[in-house]
Amino acid sequence: MAEKINLKIDNIAVNIDEGSTILEAAQKINIRIPTLCYHEDLCVAGNCRVCMVEQVGSDRLIPSCAMPVSEGMEIMTNSLKVRSARKQVVELLVSEHRAECTRCYKNGKCELQDLSSEYIVGENGYIDLIPLKGYSIDNFSPSIIKDDSKCIRCQRCVRTCNELQNIGALSVAYKGEHMKISSFYEKPMYEVVCTNCGQCINRCPTGALTEKTYFDEVWSALNSEKKHVVVQTAPAVRIALGEALGMPVGEIVTGKLVAALRRLGFNSVLDTDFTADLTIIEEGNELLQRLKKVLVDGDTSVKLPLTTSCSPGWVKFIEHAFPEYLENVSTAKSPQQMFGALAKTFYAKKIGVEPENMVSISVMPCTAKKYEADRPEMRSSGYKDVDYVLTTRELALMIKQAGIDFSSLPDDEYDSIMGESSGAAVIFGATGGVMEAALRTAYEVVTGREVPFKNLNITAVRGMEDVKEATIKIENVLPEWSFLEGAELKTCVAHGLSNAKKVMEAVRDGKAEYHFIEIMACPGGCLGGGGQPIPTSLAIRKQRSKAIYEEDSLKPIRKSHENPEVIHIYEEFLKEPLGEKSHELLHTHYTKRNRY
Amino acid sequence: MTAVKQLVKGLAEQHGRNEESLLPILQGIVSQEQHISEDAMVEVARELNISAAQVYGTATFYSFLHTKPLGKFVIRVCKTITCMMHGKNQIIKELETVLKINLGETTHDGKFTLLETNCLGQCHKGPAMLINDKPYTQLTPEKVREIIMMYRHEEVRAN
Repeated sequence: MAEKINLKIDNIAVNIDEGSTILEAAQKINIRIPTLCYHEDLCVAGNCRVCMVEQVGSDRLIPSCAMPVSEGMEIMTNSLKVRSARKQVVELLVSEHRAECTRCYKNGKCELQDLSSEYIVGENGYIDLIPLKGYSIDNFSPSIIKDDSKCIRCQRCVRTCNELQNIGALSVAYKGEHMKISSFYEKPMYEVVCTNCGQCINRCPTGALTEKTYFDEVWSALNSEKKHVVVQTAPAVRIALGEALGMPVGEIVTGKLVAALRRLGFNSVLDTDFTADLTIIEEGNELLQRLKKVLVDGDTSVKLPLTTSCSPGWVKFIEHAFPEYLENVSTAKSPQQMFGALAKTFYAKKIGVEPENMVSISVMPCTAKKYEADRPEMRSSGYKDVDYVLTTRELALMIKQAGIDFSSLPDDEYDSIMGESSGAAVIFGATGGVMEAALRTAYEVVTGREVPFKNLNITAVRGMEDVKEATIKIENVLPEWSFLEGAELKTCVAHGLSNAKKVMEAVRDGKAEYHFIEIMACPGGCLGGGGQPIPTSLAIRKQRSKAIYEEDSLKPIRKSHENPEVIHIYEEFLKEPLGEKSHELLHTHYTKRNRY
Repeated sequence: MTAVKQLVKGLAEQHGRNEESLLPILQGIVSQEQHISEDAMVEVARELNISAAQVYGTATFYSFLHTKPLGKFVIRVCKTITCMMHGKNQIIKELETVLKINLGETTHDGKFTLLETNCLGQCHKGPAMLINDKPYTQLTPEKVREIIMMYRHEEVRAN
């Protein structure tokens, strides 16, 4: 056990583990020390100097986020010296920040703005350096806007990209007054290894990194009488949207979400969860088919392990980092793109709307989905399958703009068809969810029985550990699957791309043997996605995860293959999993990409 | 294998493939090629299994790791306050006139590049400048003209 340290902060005694920082000690007694470069998901940087405190008996101020506590320390967090230093630090940061707050997308949600308003900076501030520096704004990516003029160089984004995602698309370049956050050779973000995951956006304290917004385009579509606007909502939106609209973390708001979308004027309010169920049917069958080809036919052209393909950040990552494994990625499209392809074909025909008059919108917890929808492969319907992708944050803004009192909305139901879903689809939003959903279906296809877990909850693949492994023994199989009798299906689940990299390196070096790997690019899975409400932390992600599994357990249908609408669409339209129609609309291919 | 690939591979074998090998490898590239090209950075990133942006960040941090092609002789005039007070602006003006380029540019024949630099540690003998690795101190406009003439003559003789 760690030794305990006694110290005093603002004359209040604190007892805390050795190795804790002054900041953590202050948090323990509910004293808020302002921070900017500090983020609990990341390593300490100590570069913004906003969290400076005074130690009694010392002349120098010390950064509380970086300084460990020591016995008998006496800390002042609110002395005159601290306050004036803090104000000066904020003023200096603002002097290099293009403070066009009223026009900024982060207005009202900016940490630098919050601090400025606490310390009323500006009147006697420093010279505005913005006109003197040739800042650039990278507006070219379909997902991410990088505006250097608003950057305060706290390096949260650099640490996010390096530590959480191990991509290193962003780095610190140059030094001194010329120091900037830069991609390789200052290339636009869409040309480099950036996976569009948006984790940097979730952690940027200012408006320097934001998602590219499309709500104006969506408003235009909604206000056009000629257009039939279809919307789909991802699993992780319904457990996080409330946060952005003043509700507590982890509140399930599915019914209110549907009601709000209807009020906003969407003509068909449908569910990505429906195509999540469809993904399970296609991907589950793909796994079984690959197992058969490898184990029975001895087909060497078929690759195992199979990896999931729902996370577009992961897909772009593997295209850059492990192109030799592209054939291991499931060819099944992500639920968003399956939905898009079906919306402008099957659904358009069903409701008698010409596909050219249909506008297909998705609400996603994700910024990479904006990029995915833009990929040239995603036009199976003959049109752009998904026209615009909104993040959870953008939808929250639209709801505010429309003057809707979200928390008082009555619950509403999705339209049909393509609105029904199972619990297996809901858990797509959490790390391990796709694996659990796939196992619930695949096991039953092979054995004719439910997976042998209490209440169908495969707890081995749940939770926030970096990498989870589970082995499922398959016994007493149905006759056509006799080759799988007694086989052990080895699975692996990873979230966050640094963990994905570890898993792929283990596979490459022959240190791990799996049949099926689920990877989500973002920490915690989609519930911690780059388009989700800000802030994020492990505690918040755990709350959201709890909500997702609660939503699953409340669903009357828990298995994808029992979703009646999925059964219906196979009978009426797709005919069979991995069939001709499926290949045309629901499957795709991947592209090798460069290393920088 | 391209020449750059070969060079980087050789340097990696010499200095190792750890993160701390990055600087010696970059220095090795500069001493061979004078500047670190985009292709070279990608190769370094591949050899060390780090991100290319990280290589770029390190290369741009150090003034003597060039990321752009420079002239054969790189002139760096000290821009800090002591040399400034000793007339560094007149020195730069003179160099611009003699070389017919502006600060930051390279002559058409690719011989000279004119840059400013931070303190050279010659404050007692300002104004000071470096040409490649050689320092010149207590400069006057006249002295600057002579130095440049000398380099030009040496070039002619060498050819």
